[in-house]
Amino acid sequence: MRDVSIIGIGQTPVGEQWDTGLRHLAYHALRDAMIDAGVERVDALYVGNMLSGEISAQAHLGALIADFAGMRGIEAIKVEAACASGAAAVRQGLIGVASGMQDVVAVVGVEKMTDNIGSKVTAGLAEAADADYETVHGISFVGLNALVMRRYMYEYGLKHEDFAAFSVNAHANGANNPNAMFRSPITEKTFLNAGMVADPISLFDASPMCDGAAAVILCPTDLAKQFTGNSVRIAASTIATDSVAIHDRKNPIWLQAAEDSARQAYKLSGYTPADIDFFELHDAFTIMSALSLEACGFAEPGQGTRLAKDGEITLSGKIPISTMGGLKSRGHPVGATGVYQIVESVLQLRGDAGENQIPNARVGMAQNIGGSGATIVTHILERNN
Amino acid sequence: MTIEIARHWRLKSQRYGLVGEECPVCGGKIFPPRDVCPHCAEEAGPAYQFSGKGEVYSHTTIFNAPEGFEDQVPYTVALVKLEEGPMITAQLTDVDTDDVKIGMPVEMVTRKLSQQGDEGLIVYGYKFRPQLATAA
Repeated sequence: MRDVSIIGIGQTPVGEQWDTGLRHLAYHALRDAMIDAGVERVDALYVGNMLSGEISAQAHLGALIADFAGMRGIEAIKVEAACASGAAAVRQGLIGVASGMQDVVAVVGVEKMTDNIGSKVTAGLAEAADADYETVHGISFVGLNALVMRRYMYEYGLKHEDFAAFSVNAHANGANNPNAMFRSPITEKTFLNAGMVADPISLFDASPMCDGAAAVILCPTDLAKQFTGNSVRIAASTIATDSVAIHDRKNPIWLQAAEDSARQAYKLSGYTPADIDFFELHDAFTIMSALSLEACGFAEPGQGTRLAKDGEITLSGKIPISTMGGLKSRGHPVGATGVYQIVESVLQLRGDAGENQIPNARVGMAQNIGGSGATIVTHILERNN
Repeated sequence: MTIEIARHWRLKSQRYGLVGEECPVCGGKIFPPRDVCPHCAEEAGPAYQFSGKGEVYSHTTIFNAPEGFEDQVPYTVALVKLEEGPMITAQLTDVDTDDVKIGMPVEMVTRKLSQQGDEGLIVYGYKFRPQLATAA
């Protein structure tokens, strides 16, 4: 098995990209990543995307994007794992390189959510849930997370304001990210005054619908030096699953798949939570931030919000999260998010995170969640120099 | 609009009557019916009629509905823990949103879940209402 590194990254701004269609977004991200890597051709393309069929009546993205990105003819497939499609696609690219079957691989995550009406996109997102036993009852994806948040608040005696620090931190960091969708800091008051979407989840607990594409170029670590002096090594890449339906989980307020994939990632990389300099977690909803911190060993069960309230999740805290705005402020173009998390991790490790730079960032973790926790992909990344 | 008649027809005994399974190996009660017992991983067993009684484990009120449910807004969805053990997701009915509490005893009723326009499929299934007090 070969060691794998990232030699190039690319991303489009996240937002409502009325002028740019799905295949063009993907092309822009791929082009930038290939220029960054200094490569002119790749052996294979993996596309991470969740909703193109539902929203744009377009499946078959591997071949489509390969062609429109100027790579007609190469091996190309789409990878889907709901909102974890992006990181799952990175993992498939890594497996291709690690196996020795592919040398230079491109991975692009792309999502175009603004081309259709809200209720259609909401229905599409709900496909991450169990169609026969959750979605049929009209529970939206936000609603499912609300069920988890309410029970969590009930069991640990928490109030809605205990989650404010997650959003405040995300927006503070997003303000310095030129690619972020939302670039204004918010106060706790903004958070508390937001309208309910599915109680107790309000507008500021939830990440936005948006468009975007991000890409990475992978190659064996031994070859990386030929391309760049700035490569980042993938020290671990793991996926774990859990039941799709929340009601089937052993503990509905615990992310078992996050614990499993993180534990395996720590084992493979040799790192522990104490070694992680920053954590690009999946803050689709504030409750997911709290649960991710707990399942990955950064906080005791029920103490995730405590970490946030104590300021430990900020850039200067013990475990900075959402360092470039996270899903909440940078945005959550669902199938692309996992690749954005990894692109932002690479920026941190290269020292290119600008005002959001974590000093001496050496080891970072990115975790992408599909559905309400049924597929969780964890990557641990480290500097090669 | 999609009309998935066969898919909904297959599930009707679960949806209309809360019929699940009992595992012949470990005795675990299973809802909905599965091919493999989630408790002991053996092949699932004979049909089991659930009582329909349970309690609210968590709940939320939907204001932004997915396609097909917009006319029901606002409606309350809950995680209901059935007295036999399994947990399921269902809408609550015959109750004011403000009166819903975690721990509230509920019972299953068969109701219309959704309707796709005037000419589309009507899907029926289980919902839960507060357990009615019975006369002594």
